[in-house]
Amino acid sequence: MIPQSHLIEATYIIAVVLFILSLKWLSSPATARRGVWAGEAGMLLAIVGTLLYQGIVDYKWIAIALVLGAIIGVPLGNVQMTAVPQRTALSHAFGALCVTLVGTAEFYLRTPNVPPFVMSVLSLEVILGGLTFTGSLMAAGKLQEILPQRPITYKGQNFVNLGMLGVAVVLAVMLVRDPSNTHLYPIMVGISLIFGIMMIVPIGGADMPTVISLLNSYAGLSAAAMGFVLNSKLLIVAGSLDGASGFILSVNMSKAMNRSFTNVLFGAFGQVQTAAAGAVEQRNVRSATPEEAAAILSAANKVVIVPGYGMAVAQAQHKVRELYDSLTKRGIDVRFGIHPVAGRMPGHMNVLLAEADIPYDKLLDMDEINGELPQTDVALIIGANDVTNPAARTDASSPIYGMPILDVDKARTVMVIKRSMSPGFAGIDNPLYYLDNNLMLFGDAKQFVNSIVRELSGGGGH
Amino acid sequence: MVTNDLINSLYVFILAAFIGFEVIRKVSPLLHTPLMSLTNALDAIAVVGAIILAGERKSTLALVLGTIAIVAATSNIVGGFIITDRMLKMFKSSRTPKS
Repeated sequence: MIPQSHLIEATYIIAVVLFILSLKWLSSPATARRGVWAGEAGMLLAIVGTLLYQGIVDYKWIAIALVLGAIIGVPLGNVQMTAVPQRTALSHAFGALCVTLVGTAEFYLRTPNVPPFVMSVLSLEVILGGLTFTGSLMAAGKLQEILPQRPITYKGQNFVNLGMLGVAVVLAVMLVRDPSNTHLYPIMVGISLIFGIMMIVPIGGADMPTVISLLNSYAGLSAAAMGFVLNSKLLIVAGSLDGASGFILSVNMSKAMNRSFTNVLFGAFGQVQTAAAGAVEQRNVRSATPEEAAAILSAANKVVIVPGYGMAVAQAQHKVRELYDSLTKRGIDVRFGIHPVAGRMPGHMNVLLAEADIPYDKLLDMDEINGELPQTDVALIIGANDVTNPAARTDASSPIYGMPILDVDKARTVMVIKRSMSPGFAGIDNPLYYLDNNLMLFGDAKQFVNSIVRELSGGGGH
Repeated sequence: MVTNDLINSLYVFILAAFIGFEVIRKVSPLLHTPLMSLTNALDAIAVVGAIILAGERKSTLALVLGTIAIVAATSNIVGGFIITDRMLKMFKSSRTPKS
């Protein structure tokens, strides 16, 4: 007869293998769904294995909690695709909450006999978990527009934030030296909860892709720390996979904005606004009607559509699909150029366009599309601004100088659908709009695309 | 004994982080949103720690915190897998004809 503990360990080892395969299969859309099944199988196995554990004396609350969690999880899994960024932020908050609560319970069970190393990782676990919990709730609130999206900054903000984190670390050190100081523990957790809120206060909408990735990384690391505390290899593996994923995405996002982590966290983009606003001058802007835009598009051979957050806000992705269809039917080659930080989280635009049934092989990332743009007849920009700003290439005084952009200005004709001439999130004027090959299409993204589609299908014959 | 566990755990952590980097680097930017929701669901394996905490019932505090932690983690598992699969189902190639 195999001892039960070995059986449980065996389910964990198989779960680890399935988790790694799950992420490996996610590398391409063709095998990605298999990856989800592998993850589900691993998860089920690990949970069943854990339920066999002999130390469990009471199943009632476990059962209630599992059912309740599933009841909450189902609607969270079925949100609209446009709400995916806030759902993701919320799930980081839940993950961090779980880790923080388990760490807290462990502390009170074990104190005062906590070895220094265990107390150190336990502190790391609950500090990271605590700040990720409140930080992610704040991020979700901003994305859902319950909270103001504008970054809020005040004098000495960085000093206050770093000071708070410093105090939490000092308290952690004191607890490591003497874990019987139980009265310090709630203060440490409380400070990390407040720090999480303060950390997100100066973050604006355009920084969300980086911040969500960073919170993802923190959630993973705190789970890995929990694995050290509980001496669970399964948790260490799952936590470090999640941490690595969040870390890679954060690096990608900050590279795509030409900013460092510290700059994203400590230097709100909003601060540059006043500096940029002074340089407004009257320049010629050409605009076009839907009829003209339709005529230009139907005369093209190659069209590149550049979507941005504005497309998501206007819910225009299905209209964009109709435009894609009617252009493709005329034999025009239509592709999409997607900047890494377009939208509010990594891969946001791809999901919205896939939802609208646009084939994924037409969705190209920045490096791929930039090679094609000089041979493109029309670049149509829908709700994107800063990621197309040529000042990032040419103007060393621009706040976004050095940020990799989509070189839409190299296309023969550029058309920009925009509500008005008001600058984008960063408050930076876009010289693209004054170029000779640029046409502004003023209006709501959804309505304007709809008018173009109507023109193309209606008066296309003559 | 404690130091042995610690060193083993560190090895596991380092190796898993390397595997994570290598595997995730290969994920196409196309799928970065599903990647995040999938890793989030996998991360909710923390539920096993919460189950033991609530099941062992060593103190009322442990039971209460463990139970809440199970709810939070389970909602991530269920919600995370559902939404990842929904997203991945939408990604279709133009080369495979739709029914």
